[in-house]
Amino acid sequence: MTLADIAKKLNLRVLCCTDRLDRVVSGGYVGDLLSDVIANSRAGDIWITRQSHRNIVAVASLKEHAAVILALGKEPDDETLEKATDEGVPLIVTNLSGFEVAGRIYELLTRS
Amino acid sequence: MKLGDVIEILEAKLLAGNERHRSLDVKTAFSADLMSDVLAFAKAGSLILTGLTTSQVVRTASILDAAAIIIVRGKIPAEETLKLAEELGIPLISTRYILFETSGRLYANGIVGCVEKIGGTANGAS
Amino acid sequence: MNRSYEKTFSVEGGNFDNAGMASIEIKKILKDLQISDDVVRKAAIAVYESELNIISYARNGHITLYVTDDAVNVDVRDEGPGIEDIELAMKPGYSTATEQIRQMGFGAGMGLYNIKTCSDRFEISSTVGEGTHLSIKINRNGQ
Repeated sequence: MTLADIAKKLNLRVLCCTDRLDRVVSGGYVGDLLSDVIANSRAGDIWITRQSHRNIVAVASLKEHAAVILALGKEPDDETLEKATDEGVPLIVTNLSGFEVAGRIYELLTRS
Repeated sequence: MKLGDVIEILEAKLLAGNERHRSLDVKTAFSADLMSDVLAFAKAGSLILTGLTTSQVVRTASILDAAAIIIVRGKIPAEETLKLAEELGIPLISTRYILFETSGRLYANGIVGCVEKIGGTANGAS
Repeated sequence: MNRSYEKTFSVEGGNFDNAGMASIEIKKILKDLQISDDVVRKAAIAVYESELNIISYARNGHITLYVTDDAVNVDVRDEGPGIEDIELAMKPGYSTATEQIRQMGFGAGMGLYNIKTCSDRFEISSTVGEGTHLSIKINRNGQ
């Protein structure tokens, strides 16, 4: 399942790096504590969070996440968006809650 | 779904609470590590899914009248947190799954988000 | 207005171990007064956020609960740094929380906004270098 498939099926708003939507999503991670995400998430995960600070870009880049989804309509700071564009980390916004978006992506991933 | 089914689906352990809690009806859930978000968005009767194990999680759940707390990644809270959960009557469950998998398994079994989308859904505005 | 119940709680700044204890006691009092669940919950959330604000930012503070025939009122006064820009502090997501507060899962900048959302009437005033005062009212019947 690619990022493009997920974004289309769940009607997600991709804010940057639309040229990278061919990335394959291998799993998901939900977390708001950066230390936990650094320790426990895996490469290829789509990371779902409510943090919007620019540090999320460094974490996603370091861990080679497929993308970062900001839940419940959280808008990133300007400098976060700028950094994500520079680093090639797709930033996605959804109005869905973390539970809902995780549930829907889980269903897409387990069915494919 | 009964809380007992939730425990089974998540291959989890009931760390605080009693057998009576297993028959509790649950329909909704909220996943977060930020208690501020739990306070702003979670609803009464919901499951709170989190990676935090502090006593603040228990107090937050109590304030909100949450159905139960599900702690992910196999974390076990400190003795005083468990004691507080018993005192306040909040069932506390521990699963080895990560928050994504925990959310996904419950969603796949029919649990829905206690807030699906934002827009006038914060507490008190409903 | 007839005050059928009044009680004041002291909250010590920096004492995270007991954060939420005043809120849980207030919740219990309101339940014992047979106030409806919805009103109790809103009041409990508003008090909890207020209590956390005192603990996170102020030296100390007092939370006074008074219940009248038609409303649950909460008065919060703290001695602390005060808030320079109230409009900015009210904005969801704006926070000056330390890393310690964030590691506990708080400080996401939802506090004052959440208190306002739970209230039917909310007033805030603050003097930099002295402290902050919140006045919260939640109607007992009708929204």
